[in-house]
Amino acid sequence: MDFSTLTSQFGSLTFDGLVLGAIYALVALGYTLVYGVLRLINFAHSEIFMLGTYGALFATQWMHIPPFGDNRTGLSLVLTLVAVSLVAMTVSGTSAVLLERIAYRRLRRRGGSRLTALISAIGASLFLQEAIAIWRGRNYEAFPRFLEKKTLFTVFGADIRTDKLIIVVSAIAMMWALERFISRTRLGRGIRAVAQSPETSILMGVNIDRVITLTFLLGGIMAGLAGALNEVYYEQTRFSIGVILGMKAFTAAVLGGIGNLRGALLGGIVLGVVESYGGAVFGASWRDVVAFVILVLVLMFRPTGLLGETMQKARA
Amino acid sequence: MNIRTRRAVSTAAAAALALGALAVSAGSASAAAKLPAGCKTLTIAFFGAQTGDAGNLGVNISQGAKLAVAQYNAKKPKIKVKFKAFDSQGDPAQAGALAQTVIKDPCIVGVVGPAFSGESAVADPIFNRVGLPIITPSATNPALSTNHWKIFHRAVATDAIQGTYAAKYIKTVLKGTKVAVIDDASDYGKGLADIVAAKLGKTVARESIDPKAQDFSSTVAKIKNSGATVVYYGGYYAEAGRLAKQLKDNGVNAKFVSDDGALDPGFVTAAGAAAAGAIVTAPTAPVMDIKGGPAYAAAYKKAFGQDSGTYSAEAYDCANFFLAGIKAHKTTRAALQKYVSTATFVGLTKRLKFSSTGEIEGAAIYSYVYKADGSTKGALIK
Repeated sequence: MDFSTLTSQFGSLTFDGLVLGAIYALVALGYTLVYGVLRLINFAHSEIFMLGTYGALFATQWMHIPPFGDNRTGLSLVLTLVAVSLVAMTVSGTSAVLLERIAYRRLRRRGGSRLTALISAIGASLFLQEAIAIWRGRNYEAFPRFLEKKTLFTVFGADIRTDKLIIVVSAIAMMWALERFISRTRLGRGIRAVAQSPETSILMGVNIDRVITLTFLLGGIMAGLAGALNEVYYEQTRFSIGVILGMKAFTAAVLGGIGNLRGALLGGIVLGVVESYGGAVFGASWRDVVAFVILVLVLMFRPTGLLGETMQKARA
Repeated sequence: MNIRTRRAVSTAAAAALALGALAVSAGSASAAAKLPAGCKTLTIAFFGAQTGDAGNLGVNISQGAKLAVAQYNAKKPKIKVKFKAFDSQGDPAQAGALAQTVIKDPCIVGVVGPAFSGESAVADPIFNRVGLPIITPSATNPALSTNHWKIFHRAVATDAIQGTYAAKYIKTVLKGTKVAVIDDASDYGKGLADIVAAKLGKTVARESIDPKAQDFSSTVAKIKNSGATVVYYGGYYAEAGRLAKQLKDNGVNAKFVSDDGALDPGFVTAAGAAAAGAIVTAPTAPVMDIKGGPAYAAAYKKAFGQDSGTYSAEAYDCANFFLAGIKAHKTTRAALQKYVSTATFVGLTKRLKFSSTGEIEGAAIYSYVYKADGSTKGALIK
């Protein structure tokens, strides 16, 4: 055990954990939304994230951004980021909706059990991974760098770097927007109604298929943004990039209380920060062990996660 | 056709084949070369990955051997030699069955490979049982030569030697006194890193990362905290590149040193601008800087449409050693085995002469420095 890194680099470790947690949280929202509405773990969600990273990559290729050396600033940087994110969100959102149509809808209509849907999810996940592996190859592809990763200022020893700040701010802004959407709009009310009781909401005239499509779309959009931010930060992707991240995001969702939007945010951030500290104290190969020990401990005392399980309670 | 007649026919066919083989061997006996029964030509095999995650590495190696055989046949020799690549996908689990297939073909008299250490441990005992000689251009695990396999020959320096030279380079060339040693927890990466750490005596940070993880921020924080001026990484190119990038982006300006697993264009893909100035050590020679290298490289490019890669030239030498034996009428497995074990062959990259354990005598380690355009400059570590 090594506490000197933890004490001397406390600020950096915390901030890096926040950045990691912000990406986890965005992906965790997709698991939580679908679980809240359908009581289904959408295991193919990690591949929706992976497709988002490719969407972001293609966007930069269409814009002919060179691998490095083209550092954009000001308005040009903002426009590039927005364009890249929009493409990633479109790709992920569309694929999430298609995934629901192809892999889940028929099963649901014909009264398939949750287990069949789960198997269908695993199948879809493997299919998407292998399809991309065959199309793009199995090696990493590099994402170009279009912003200078420079330290803007230092807080408690943490270097606040451009890309890290962008990730944390945009992830939180997006989650705030999602929360407002679900709690304040008519469509959001539909989602909440189905989450509470699908049967009653059908009786009340809610179009359940539309609500489910919307749920997948929202989850996909969040995963797409996570994909774009992941690329800006780590600058590489490949077919299997979603596997580990998806598992972590699912963990974050359970940690915060699956089905609960604020829980996803809290779970993601707690997981990211704990991993960061755990890696510093016990060594990088123990990061995941530390994170999962924390998960088990939390679930022992709060079986429904930190904030409990229901989406209705997440209402503002 | 019922079973009995079919059997009779096949017996007759076999007899005819055997007669034919006798006739051939009788005919060529006057030319003093005796081919194995049933063979009109000989075959040199490549054993290693052609597809799969490490497929690129294997393809580089097999193409080097293939080029040597093609050049040999182009000179219209008395004994023609075929080349055949056996794809193990680099997977030790498939290596056993594949090695059985290889030994069943009596015309295969020599194997270039197995390419990786893991599959070598499985396949080499099988080759040893039938006395089929192998020369591996790339399996560098030191333990392989301790098994008393008489057919085992290795045309490159082991990881133990590479680790020793890497430590020497860090000490004498980089003058590194504060060194952080990181690895990917694999047999190869951790093995090398352990040797480097031991030879350096003391390190300011020592840890294993999870190669599947994207984020190395806690390792970066640890290195930052240690004040290291040199970071050594034992592992493969994708993680090496990612670590080099994350170090530089977080303001760590330590020299980055890695191993032959990071001598690949994939390192530059992963590291981006952070690749410039990174150093890797490798037992493979820089082809463009050695005698005869440019001519070989041009022939390679012409044949395969791509540049000679890591261990291509070593595989070219291994195949040429076998071919020199065949030219000297060593046309059976046993004769060729004796030939490569005792003879000396001056190859493109080095002089091939094997010790009693099959290790190359006078092995050399090179350092490669990545330039800003992603190319490398190699030099012998003295």
